Amino acid sequence: MSSPRIEVIERYCKGCSICVEFCPTKVLEMDGFVVRVAKPEACINCMQCELRCPDFAIKVHAE
Amino acid sequence: MAFDYDKYLRPGKLPHIWCPGCGHGIAMKGLIRAIDTCGLDKSNTAIVSGIGCASRLPGYVDFNTLHTAHGRAAAFATGVKMAKPEMNVIVVGGDGDGTAIGGNHFIHACRRNIDMTYVIFNNFIYGMTGGQFSPCTPTGHKASTTVYGNPDPVFDISKLAIGAGASFVARTTAFHATQIDKLIAEGIKHKGLSVIEVLDDCPTTYGRRNKFRSVIEMMERLKTMAVPVAAASKMTAEQLEGKVLTGVLHKEEKPEYCEQYAEVIKRAKGA
Ligand SMILES: Cc1ncc(C[n+]2csc(CCOP(=O)(O)OP(=O)(O)O)c2C)c(N)n1
Ligand code: SF4
Ligand code: SF4
Ligand code: SF4
Ligand SMILES: [Mg+2]
Repeated sequence: MSSPRIEVIERYCKGCSICVEFCPTKVLEMDGFVVRVAKPEACINCMQCELRCPDFAIKVHAE
Repeated sequence: MAFDYDKYLRPGKLPHIWCPGCGHGIAMKGLIRAIDTCGLDKSNTAIVSGIGCASRLPGYVDFNTLHTAHGRAAAFATGVKMAKPEMNVIVVGGDGDGTAIGGNHFIHACRRNIDMTYVIFNNFIYGMTGGQFSPCTPTGHKASTTVYGNPDPVFDISKLAIGAGASFVARTTAFHATQIDKLIAEGIKHKGLSVIEVLDDCPTTYGRRNKFRSVIEMMERLKTMAVPVAAASKMTAEQLEGKVLTGVLHKEEKPEYCEQYAEVIKRAKGA
């Protein structure tokens, strides 16, 4: 099974870093004030980032 | 699978006005997922608020919405429900709106057990107006109006709701995102007044003054302060010090206000 595709809507991201800090496998990183998908292959599709993003800025698309 | 929030949002309204890391966004997403779970018809659903950061929510969502006066959400919502008892009525708002200026409307909506769902976003402060203390600001904590520490005891919103007569009362936090939609959905399905208290964070006016170094520290606090009701029954008073119970705190069946009122109308017509 391939890793989910993680979509970041940069226009909405306010750089709070909640998604980065609570990702269990450290897939995400801050790049200045916006989030960056650093290790997509480590994603376990737990949805925690999407669920806790206050800004509708990150979506996890699994097949 | 990514959740399709766009279906329920008014186009072109994002990004919303809430500050980076504000828990209100997490709670709003939970409310949307709950509405989706319950399959509510948009045109038969009203979302009503007063004034405050939390109360800005109705501007973003594509339902019948009412953004009313500070503290008056429950009163306006009661009017909607009485005029259209078949409509799903959801009230949203902050701790200040619901328990300070609007405390009376809140307790009387609970007392009447009118079939509405009240989601209260408790960030322990008046966020919108710059961080004045609310009835929920923890004792000893700082607000712009309690610079030497708040001397007041706090309202426990969930206990207040139970005491006032609400027939479904539940609590969770912005950290526990999936529990937000589960509890709101249960509240929507319940017949009578449901209160869902969502503890969240205001990094801008509360966090800053109370030595939280980041949004993450505030989220960690929500995570550690929450104890599920089932787990709490096995804990000592000492272990529960500073903790908050989460999950369904109260549920009972009792007469609902619109149904009682319909009986009055029948009697008045001499039926
Ligand atoms: C009658 C009236 N009094 C005072 C205000 C100022 N006011 C606006 S929002 C607010 C407090 C909001 O706090 P809360 O309900 O907790 O919402 P939050 O901003 O924290 O989400 C106050 C006092 C007002 N708009 N109207
Ligand atoms: S879905 Fe889970 S594992 Fe994947 S990026 Fe999001 S939080 Fe990390
Ligand atoms: S949680 Fe959302 S707003 Fe915050 S950094 Fe991640 S994508 Fe950006
Ligand atoms: S002031 Fe506080 S409650 Fe208002 S949007 Fe900012 S963080 Fe949220
Ligand atoms: Mg507040």
